[in-house]
Amino acid sequence: MKILKLIFKNTLRHKLRTTLTILGIAIAVIAFGILRTVVTAWHVGVDASAANRLITRQAVSFIFPLPVTYKEKIASVAGIEQVTFSTWFQGVYIDKNQFFTRMAVDHETFFSVYPEFLLTKEELENFKNERTATIIGADLAKTYNLSIGDVMTLEGDIYPGTWNFTVRGIYQPRDKATDGTMMAFRWDYVNERMQQEWPERANDVGWYIVKINDPNQAAEISTQIDALFLNSRAETKTETERAFAQGFLSSTSAIIDAMNLISFVIIGIIMLVLGNTMIMAARERTREYAVLKTLGFSAKHIVGLILGESLLISAIGSAIGLFFIYPLIEGIGQVIPKGFFPVFHVESITIVLAVSAAMMIGLIASIFPIQRALKTKIVDGFRFVG
Amino acid sequence: MASIISIQNLSKSYQRDSFEIPVLNNLSLEIEEGEFLALMGPSGSGKTTLLNLIAGIDKPSSGKLTVAGTDIAKLNESALAKWRSNNVGFIFQFYNLIPVLTAFENVELPLLLTNLSKAERKKRVELVLSVVGLTDRMYHYPKQLSGGQEQRVAIARAIVTDPTILVADEPTGDLDKNSANEVLTLLDRLNKEFKKTIVMVTHDPASAAKASVKRHLDKGDLV
Repeated sequence: MKILKLIFKNTLRHKLRTTLTILGIAIAVIAFGILRTVVTAWHVGVDASAANRLITRQAVSFIFPLPVTYKEKIASVAGIEQVTFSTWFQGVYIDKNQFFTRMAVDHETFFSVYPEFLLTKEELENFKNERTATIIGADLAKTYNLSIGDVMTLEGDIYPGTWNFTVRGIYQPRDKATDGTMMAFRWDYVNERMQQEWPERANDVGWYIVKINDPNQAAEISTQIDALFLNSRAETKTETERAFAQGFLSSTSAIIDAMNLISFVIIGIIMLVLGNTMIMAARERTREYAVLKTLGFSAKHIVGLILGESLLISAIGSAIGLFFIYPLIEGIGQVIPKGFFPVFHVESITIVLAVSAAMMIGLIASIFPIQRALKTKIVDGFRFVG
Repeated sequence: MASIISIQNLSKSYQRDSFEIPVLNNLSLEIEEGEFLALMGPSGSGKTTLLNLIAGIDKPSSGKLTVAGTDIAKLNESALAKWRSNNVGFIFQFYNLIPVLTAFENVELPLLLTNLSKAERKKRVELVLSVVGLTDRMYHYPKQLSGGQEQRVAIARAIVTDPTILVADEPTGDLDKNSANEVLTLLDRLNKEFKKTIVMVTHDPASAAKASVKRHLDKGDLV
């Protein structure tokens, strides 16, 4: 404790060099935090998936539809609590660059299979009673300043035409991992129009969501569902919701891996920067360490001085980085297309990782200068010319 | 008077690549308590090496070196560090003050290794700074002091723990004549008034004149 003052004074000895190093660490912490947040946001679908939900999709690809008639057959399999379905609608709302999930769903069952979307009884009833009703997430409502009774007009692309929906419910996400930007409207309304305008595309759904009683039965139930449709015109593939979400991610795994790699490269680079600063500092103070040793300061004091300075620089750098990371992530969340990352926030684990990495950098960066300072004999220290 | 420093058959050599360079050759010397010894000799004679050995910042190749009853050649590094903090006060040619600390803080440094309270440390530091005549400069940084003042701060740092011996390596070597006289007068006062045993390395006869005993070294031998 008594050498703390000397640690502080040493840290401030070369103000410009220390400031630049601290800024470097702060920027590294911010960059690390942003990259980890993007990776986390990418994985949010997997993290939010429920263990008791299965997804049944077209065996060839989920972009191909399944007949709506499969619902009853699937529901007949033992161990299934409820079956619902949804269809990817897409379309454009105001700005084609702003993305959020728009889906046609089974209005009778969808929200009971997805309890993470919190609705009032009245909102749910209104949704079931009005064919053009839509339920939207609270984040989406906030973004577009929408409230109950407002009309949302979508320009269809997969399902051509102009589509008007009336907001009859605004759901609250149950937790941070739940998407608060989804728009769900009634499949029967979409299907009715398809029957009139594109009859060959009517009566199809995108995929089924199967709620099961016992997650341990997932594999067995999946096999039984797929067996129902073997050799049909639309064979199915049933898997857990998590596996389904991971299937989406696998196509972008190279990007995620690259981002993970870059986040650790950043740590490596900043480690070299701080290491260089500490080596220079310790080298300049070779004579002073000799003086301190001569006065009776032991190896642990010298270790404390160098390690303390290195950790102090790391701590200040990471504190500055953390101070800016929240508003920056908030800002980035505003700039990226709405719904592209429905859940975009700094996770506690990201903060823990960033701070741990910064302190680890402080520790590792001090090893070489400590080793050198301890190895240098007092008499050699006095002869040293920096 | 009893010997406070006893040196018997002391040798020191350095290894440079494959060559062994002898610096001190089988040297014996007794220094009495309260003595002010000037070690003189030309460059390379081994006087600084002998001083470093007496001060416990270097180890002899062979021989026995006892200071205040402790055979310091047998102490390990950490024991030697503790021994130095309790028994030796150093005065260097180039002062070697820590530039980011004030005169007060520089003098206080050795006391940080003791169990003294903050108030006790302050009292001691103020006392020794008054002894060296720098009470009015205690909150100045080294760069705000003259060479002579810096050396007086270094002397205050050396005596603040009330060590058994004071060792000084060319303490006036970097000072002008007036400052050198001030420092030598101070050392003389520490020796006569405070009964401090002082071993001083110098090649300046005027500085050596202040010492009570003079010994000459030449090529590692006492002459």
